[in-house]
Amino acid sequence: MTTLVDNLFNGLALGAVYALIALGFVTIFKASGVLSFTHGSLLLLGGYLTAILHDDLGFAGALALAVLATAAVAGLLDRYVLQRIGTDPHAAHVATIATIGVDIVLVTDLSRRIGGDLLGLGDPWGDAVTDMGPATVADSRIAAIIVSAVAIAGAFALFRFTPWGLSLRAAAEDSEAAALMGVRLTRVRMLAWCLAGALAALAAVFLAAFPAPGLERTTGQIALKAFPAAILGGMASPVGALVGSLLIGLTEAFVAGYQSDLHVLGEGFGDVAPYAVMVLVLLVRPAGLFAARGAARV
Amino acid sequence: MPEAPPDEAPALHVEEIDVTYGRALSALRSVSLTVPHGGVVALLGANGAGKTTLLRAVSGTLRLHRGAVTAGRIRYGDTVLDGRDPVAAVRAGVVQVPEGRRVFAGLSVDENLRAGGLGLTRRAPAQTRRARDRVLTLFPRLAERPHQAAGLLSGGEQQMLAIGRALMASPRLLLLDEPSLGLAPLMVDRIAQVVREINAQGTAVLLVEQNAGMALSLADHAHVLEVGEVRLSGPAAELARTDAVRRLYLGETTDGQGAA
Repeated sequence: MTTLVDNLFNGLALGAVYALIALGFVTIFKASGVLSFTHGSLLLLGGYLTAILHDDLGFAGALALAVLATAAVAGLLDRYVLQRIGTDPHAAHVATIATIGVDIVLVTDLSRRIGGDLLGLGDPWGDAVTDMGPATVADSRIAAIIVSAVAIAGAFALFRFTPWGLSLRAAAEDSEAAALMGVRLTRVRMLAWCLAGALAALAAVFLAAFPAPGLERTTGQIALKAFPAAILGGMASPVGALVGSLLIGLTEAFVAGYQSDLHVLGEGFGDVAPYAVMVLVLLVRPAGLFAARGAARV
Repeated sequence: MPEAPPDEAPALHVEEIDVTYGRALSALRSVSLTVPHGGVVALLGANGAGKTTLLRAVSGTLRLHRGAVTAGRIRYGDTVLDGRDPVAAVRAGVVQVPEGRRVFAGLSVDENLRAGGLGLTRRAPAQTRRARDRVLTLFPRLAERPHQAAGLLSGGEQQMLAIGRALMASPRLLLLDEPSLGLAPLMVDRIAQVVREINAQGTAVLLVEQNAGMALSLADHAHVLEVGEVRLSGPAAELARTDAVRRLYLGETTDGQGAA
C-alpha cells in the first residue's frame, strides 16, 4: 500500500514536470511546425541561471529572472535564427535540424561552465518531507505538482482567452487564412517559443530539486523524455501533452518502484519505459491519443 | 445599418502590375483595374488566368506563395499596398475572403468570428461588438450556433462564416475569391444577395468568379483576365452582351459562331 501511494505521488510529480516541457514542445510545434530539440539546453540554461543567481536575488527572484531570460533566449532564437531559415512547411524541417545544432552549442557551453559540479538551486523545500498518512512525500514533489498545475492552467488560459492564443490556434489550422485576418505569424510563433522557454526553465527547478542531488550538466537530457509524452498525446494537442506526460511519469515511477518484481526486463527498465509506452500507444493509435480528429465536412 | 461610410472615398487602384512567382514564373503582366469606393467590380477568367494572384497581390499574401509584385503599384486611397504584409491591408480596410472558404475547422463559429478581428488590435470593444452585430444580423444562421465547430457546418454556412469572419475587420473593401465555388444554385443566389447587402451598407467589393452570370449580375464593372493579362473590361451589363463573354463564360453558343 505504501509503495503504491508513493509511486503514485512520484509519478504525478514526474508527470507534472514532463508536462511543463511537453506543453512547450506542443506549443512550438503548433505555432511553427518545428520539433524543438533545443529544449534540453533551454532547460539547462534556466536551471543554471537560477543556480548562479539565487545567492544574490533569493530563490524567487532568481527563478523569475531565469524564467524571463530563458523565455527571451528562446524567442530570440526563433526570431533571428529559425525564422531566418524560413516559415513554410519545408523550412520547418530544416529548422528542426537547426535546433539540434543550437542545442549542441548551448549544452557545450553550459557544460563547460557547470563542469562536474552539482549546483543547488536554493529552493525553499530542501529535503523536507510531509507525512500524508500511508506515504511520506517530499515537499519538493508536492511543490512540483502544485506549481506545474498552476503554470499549465495559466498556459491553457492563454490559449483559450487571449488574442495570442486565438491567433496561435487559428494559425495552426490555416496559417494563410490567419494571415489574411491580419495575424502576425512571426510574432505569434516567437511568443510560442517564449512560453516554451519559460516553462522549460520552470521545469528545471523541479528536476534539480530533492530527491535529485542538484543541477548537473546532464539534467537537460531529461527533456528528451517529454518527447514521447508529446508524441503519444498527438504532438499538436496541449491536452494530449498533459495526458501523455502523466502517463509517462506514472509509468516511469511504477516501473522504478516495482523494479525488483520486473527483473526479467533487466536493470534500468525505468529509463526505457517511456519509449516503450509510446511505441505501444502508437501501435494502437498511430496519430496519438489526441490527434486532431479532423472535424471537417466536405 | 448605421455603419456610416467614411468621409473620404478611397478607391483601390491597381496600376500596371507584374507578378512573378519564384522569380521565374510570370503570372500577371501589366494588369490594371480600379475599384471605386462603394462599387462592385467583377474579375472573370478561367482557372490559372491569374485572378487569385491579383487578390494575393492586393492582400499581401503573395509572399506566402513565393510571389512578388515586380512592377507597377497597388494603392488603396493613399496607402501603398504592394510589397506590404497582410496586416497593412487589413488595417487599411482591405480584407480578403480566401477561395475555398478556409474557415478554421477546429475552432467554433464564435472563435472564427473573433479571429476575424485579430488584425485590429487597437480597436475599441464597442466597435468590435458593432461589427459582430452586423455579421450576425446578416447571417442569422451563425448566431444560432456559436459553439459549433466550423468544420461541421455545411458548405454554404462555411462560406457565410468566411465572409462574416472577414466582415469582423470592418473592411471598406472586401475581396471575394470564388464565393460560389462548390455551392448549390440556391445557395449561390443567397450569397449573391448577401454580397448585394454588404455593398448596400457601403463596402466596396472586388469579386473574383468563374460563375460569370452571378458576377455580372452583381457588378458595375467587370474585367476578364486571360493568361495573366486583362483581355476585356467595361461596364458589367455591356460585357454580358459581348459574344466572347457569352461564349466563354456564360456557356452560350451563339448561332453561326458556335461551330467556329
